[in-house]
Amino acid sequence: MATNLQIPVADRRAPVIEPGHTFTTITDKISNIVLKRPISIGWIFGFLVMFSLTNMLMVALGYLFIKGTGIWGINIPVGWGFAIVNFVWWIGIGHAGTLISAILCLLRQTWRNSINRFAEAMTLFAVACAGMFPLAHMGRPWLGYWLFPYPNTMNYWPNFRSPLVWDVFAVSTYFTISLVFWFTGLIPDLATLRDRSEHPWVQRLYGVLALGWRGSARHWHRYETAYLLLAGLSTPLVLSVHTVVSFDFAVGIVPGWHTTIFPPYFVAGAIYSGFAMVLCLAIPIRTIYGLKDFITERHLETMAKVMLGTGLIVAYGYGMEAFMGWYSGEHTDSFLMWNRLHGPYAFWYAALLACNIGIPQVLWLKKFRVSPGLLWLISFIVLVGMWLERFIIVIVSLHRDFLTSSWGMYYPTKWDWMTYIGTIGMFLTAMWLFVRILPMISIFEMRTLLPEAHVHEAAEVEK
Amino acid sequence: MSESPVTSSNYGSNYGLMAEFDSAQELVAAAHRTHVAGYQKIDAYSPFPIEGLAEAIGFHKNRVPLVVLIGGLIGGLSGYALQYWVAAITYPMNIGGRPYHSWPSFIIVTFEMTILFGGLSALFGMLALNGLPMPYHPVFNVPEFRKASENKFFLVVFSSDPKYDAAGTRSFLQGLSPRMIAEVPS
Repeated sequence: MATNLQIPVADRRAPVIEPGHTFTTITDKISNIVLKRPISIGWIFGFLVMFSLTNMLMVALGYLFIKGTGIWGINIPVGWGFAIVNFVWWIGIGHAGTLISAILCLLRQTWRNSINRFAEAMTLFAVACAGMFPLAHMGRPWLGYWLFPYPNTMNYWPNFRSPLVWDVFAVSTYFTISLVFWFTGLIPDLATLRDRSEHPWVQRLYGVLALGWRGSARHWHRYETAYLLLAGLSTPLVLSVHTVVSFDFAVGIVPGWHTTIFPPYFVAGAIYSGFAMVLCLAIPIRTIYGLKDFITERHLETMAKVMLGTGLIVAYGYGMEAFMGWYSGEHTDSFLMWNRLHGPYAFWYAALLACNIGIPQVLWLKKFRVSPGLLWLISFIVLVGMWLERFIIVIVSLHRDFLTSSWGMYYPTKWDWMTYIGTIGMFLTAMWLFVRILPMISIFEMRTLLPEAHVHEAAEVEK
Repeated sequence: MSESPVTSSNYGSNYGLMAEFDSAQELVAAAHRTHVAGYQKIDAYSPFPIEGLAEAIGFHKNRVPLVVLIGGLIGGLSGYALQYWVAAITYPMNIGGRPYHSWPSFIIVTFEMTILFGGLSALFGMLALNGLPMPYHPVFNVPEFRKASENKFFLVVFSSDPKYDAAGTRSFLQGLSPRMIAEVPS
């Protein structure tokens, strides 16, 4: 009786790491995926498919650079089109990685240790995909460096009062800091790979990347401080990036854009789609690579809860948009709501509500949160829904605004679709390579989950 | 820099003595006893960060936060200064009748530059204070040291320590009941 009472509440949940692991088994299990596991036919086949899609992207972009943005479906009044829809979608997906690595680190959520590495990798690849769209959308991407302030013979400078310039700073800082955070976390694991690889060239490769890390107590001490400070700096950063992206819209006067709810609603939507992408990747990976000991049912369930929570914030955002359409008394605002519900894109607005608000409500039931197959399906639906949300925000707002005489329709062309699907291919190509080249779970952080890693706890156990 | 320099002039024929331990607890206890015994030039190596180990070898001075603070301040101030100089002095533009020095518009870039410079100084400051990258280090000459990145724990007394003497230090380390003791060739 008395012993039962002593079990802390946390222990009754599924464990963060399955029992029976030691420092050696953790190290073996994760590093062998990179160093020992043979390359399977399935991996090669998947890689070829994804690499072909990447090449399709290259063709689409190559033709775009020859002909110009006229090959896309954009025109007046819808000048933003797929490029901005996809930009916002990808950058939103990236947010889960930083949230997991930084915010959950500060909150001491130890379950993050087994998913932060590949969530951060996902962030980097997603932001890389996102960054291509505004560049391609400029029409003359070879002049992209004009966005940055630098002394030039034309004697011009960027307008720092423009949200588009803020966005350049926000996205490039976000990419750089995500890369720094990811690499900092990798250093000790690269040393592990260096010490365990047998081939001299592989050893040299990881040796160079590990920068000579030797696990000295002084080094660890400074390392932990630096890591914590990076987490502290990334926390406001991740909240600011999608806020600034939302300013691209909210600072404009277009009905449906000019609203103060955009920053929090964009950030919640970003985390929502980001966790959906993490689940879409984690569920197959843990099965294929036998990592169910490290990415347990507890992880899936917790991530599903985060999705449910952020999804409700997004639902509040939709509700508030509809309410303000009525409450503001502005004719253009109430017309926008009417147009969403009954206009030419009404089907897609209904699909958006179903994907983002309706279907994910099944996550209230534990059965759906712990069943990998169903959870994967719901995550996929959320990804589609969040893409539709950006489509509705960009296109439905632009295609019918103040001037009835300049209303129009937007139809994406095959080049739009090739570019979009091509970036998905590029993203997955990068993930495909990542899981075989770098440890996809942080080895040293997993070691710290074992009780014997904590000097005081272990001493108490011995007593 | 508090790192011991890796030049052979300070050291004799060997760089120090290395003792291997099985657990984090043993390493912390051994490091503490070695430090209390008066050894100063010592270091401990582990496959993951161990709470209290840096204190056990007498390491307290951690300047990473200061570096990050300075980096962040430089980033923020230079970001704001650049925008002020561009918008109010060298390239003034009338945007919707706003004042040239429209500071609320400059907050975001200032913030992003603070984070950018702070984050970069966290990584590069940490590496510089640690003396990394350093591809070669004498401790790597001990074959067992490969396990320092997996599951074993090491304590090294450097031969540059004033109290160091090959036989005496070896018998002192023996008293800590390690798994093995090895000479670190320089």
